[in-house]
Amino acid sequence: MVRRKNSHPGDPTAGNGMLSRRIFLEGGLVTAATGAGLFSASAEPLAVQPWMKVPGTGFAGYGQPSQFESKVVRFIPAPPNPATQGVGAARTPLHLLEGIITPSGLHFERSHSGIPDIDPDQHRLVIHGLVKRPLVFTVEALSRYPILSRIAFLECGGNSQALNAPQAQSLNVTAIHGLLGCQEWTGVRLSTLLDEAGVEPTARWMIAEGADAAAMSRSVPLAKAMDDALVCLYQNGEHVRPSNGYPVRLLLPGFEGNMNVKWLRRLKLTTGPAMIKDETSKYSILLKDEKAWQFVFPIEVKSLITRPSPGLTLTGPGFYEISGLAWSGNGNIRQVDVSADGGGSWAPAALQGPILPKAPVRFRAPWQWNGGPAVLQSRATDDTGMVQPTRAAFAAERGLRGIYHYNAIASWRIDEKGEATNVYA
Amino acid sequence: MYMLRHIAFCATAVVATPAFAQTPQFGKPIEPADIAPWDISIGPDGAGLPPGRGTAAQGESVYAAQCQGCHGEKGAGGPNDALVGGIGSLVPDKTPVRTVGSYWPHATTLFDYVRRAMPFQESKSLISDEVYAVSAYILNLNGIIGTNDVLDAQSLPKVKMPNRDGFVPFPRNPK
Repeated sequence: MVRRKNSHPGDPTAGNGMLSRRIFLEGGLVTAATGAGLFSASAEPLAVQPWMKVPGTGFAGYGQPSQFESKVVRFIPAPPNPATQGVGAARTPLHLLEGIITPSGLHFERSHSGIPDIDPDQHRLVIHGLVKRPLVFTVEALSRYPILSRIAFLECGGNSQALNAPQAQSLNVTAIHGLLGCQEWTGVRLSTLLDEAGVEPTARWMIAEGADAAAMSRSVPLAKAMDDALVCLYQNGEHVRPSNGYPVRLLLPGFEGNMNVKWLRRLKLTTGPAMIKDETSKYSILLKDEKAWQFVFPIEVKSLITRPSPGLTLTGPGFYEISGLAWSGNGNIRQVDVSADGGGSWAPAALQGPILPKAPVRFRAPWQWNGGPAVLQSRATDDTGMVQPTRAAFAAERGLRGIYHYNAIASWRIDEKGEATNVYA
Repeated sequence: MYMLRHIAFCATAVVATPAFAQTPQFGKPIEPADIAPWDISIGPDGAGLPPGRGTAAQGESVYAAQCQGCHGEKGAGGPNDALVGGIGSLVPDKTPVRTVGSYWPHATTLFDYVRRAMPFQESKSLISDEVYAVSAYILNLNGIIGTNDVLDAQSLPKVKMPNRDGFVPFPRNPK
């Protein structure tokens, strides 16, 4: 890391044009180092547009984005079999969004048998197994408990799996990393409900099951259920969307998405895990040898540059803000470093608050693009001290056959035309 | 505001009447017999397996009618997951083919999954004998049990899957 005393905020701080994050703190942007602004010629005279002269449309019951933002939608890869519609995912266009909160309608969804159309008056959540009093709750009953909100990311365990491929594929942020979202989740502490049912001392695990046609199910350690698990009724202030588990979903902050069971209908306390399909045949990580890691719960420290990225072409040399997201299922993000020379040198990025545990942080790093080739990378460190690995270090530990929980440093190559491409560097 | 006032009330009531300090209890007691229609998870020890029985010979027709359209003839796969093959493909440097036969550690998982989620267009519609039979058929295609071996609540958990010992705990889970 290159650092100099008495430097100006506009001075380079790492190779290939990385500037100091002090720009954000102290101003002093676009001076000697950043050179001229985007446009040197004078602007056109200002036009008086039609919408400035006639009244606009009236009010709408539920607001929608501008018609000019119609491309900001989720990407839905074709299912392998048209007959099994509803198996698969809709992926969040993270590179077209800012801040940390995902709009509810753009939050990724991963479903195993489509989205059930659940009548909340008919929905029930049952708690049974190793409890003193098996209990059933209506949605109305759940809504009467003291509730709390927290901002938390959800990431599918299978996110970024395209980067396991031996050759880097020509894919954008959505296609590679789009199984990530962040919401303000609101609900009842699961521990409150489990206490009411009276957990038997022999209970160690909890089987959580959905009311969808696949009855999607996972085994959860009781310790997590009693720690920070939420039975969510709301996301971003409104009732949970059908695609995200209406009317009730489980939230296990920091744990892989699949465990956060949607359409939650049943919690069974047991002595051991049920060894369900999605915790044996799927969501287990086949290592370099013949063994596989099973029950890989936390999403480990990870980051990603959302801008620039494939499809967001630079329009000429000059100043750019590199922007992205960093997150860890083990705690808070402590630091993010950004490189413009493929990891040869690193500049610390500015972290935009709030910095919350198990929630993404927006990072920003100023960059002076000289018009030449560059490889942009981000590297996150969390408050447990865990540092996001390079792809080589990641592969050295576990190989590249594991599909799930890919969290190595990702790279965008910028060519002379300003176009970004997914590369391994 | 109602909720805030309610909590404040509870807090002030603690000294006089401790019962008021308890968390509100809105769960309704329910008898295990009334939970039974939802209690479908099967443990690896066979806990939860229902009465019934089936063999691969009996399961072949169930498979042809309910499964083959998505999983291919004899479980070969296409358009959806292959259910057969890949045994021996997990070794280092090979491209792994993860199927019921090569990868799944417990035979109980097969019964559990077929019963809860299959057939795709009409899940939870097979009777227990059909689930045992079609599970036997898939295990037989993988060479794990014989054509006339009977699967039931006693024998299914005893089936030794080829990759039974293939899993190790992730070393970095939270304590």
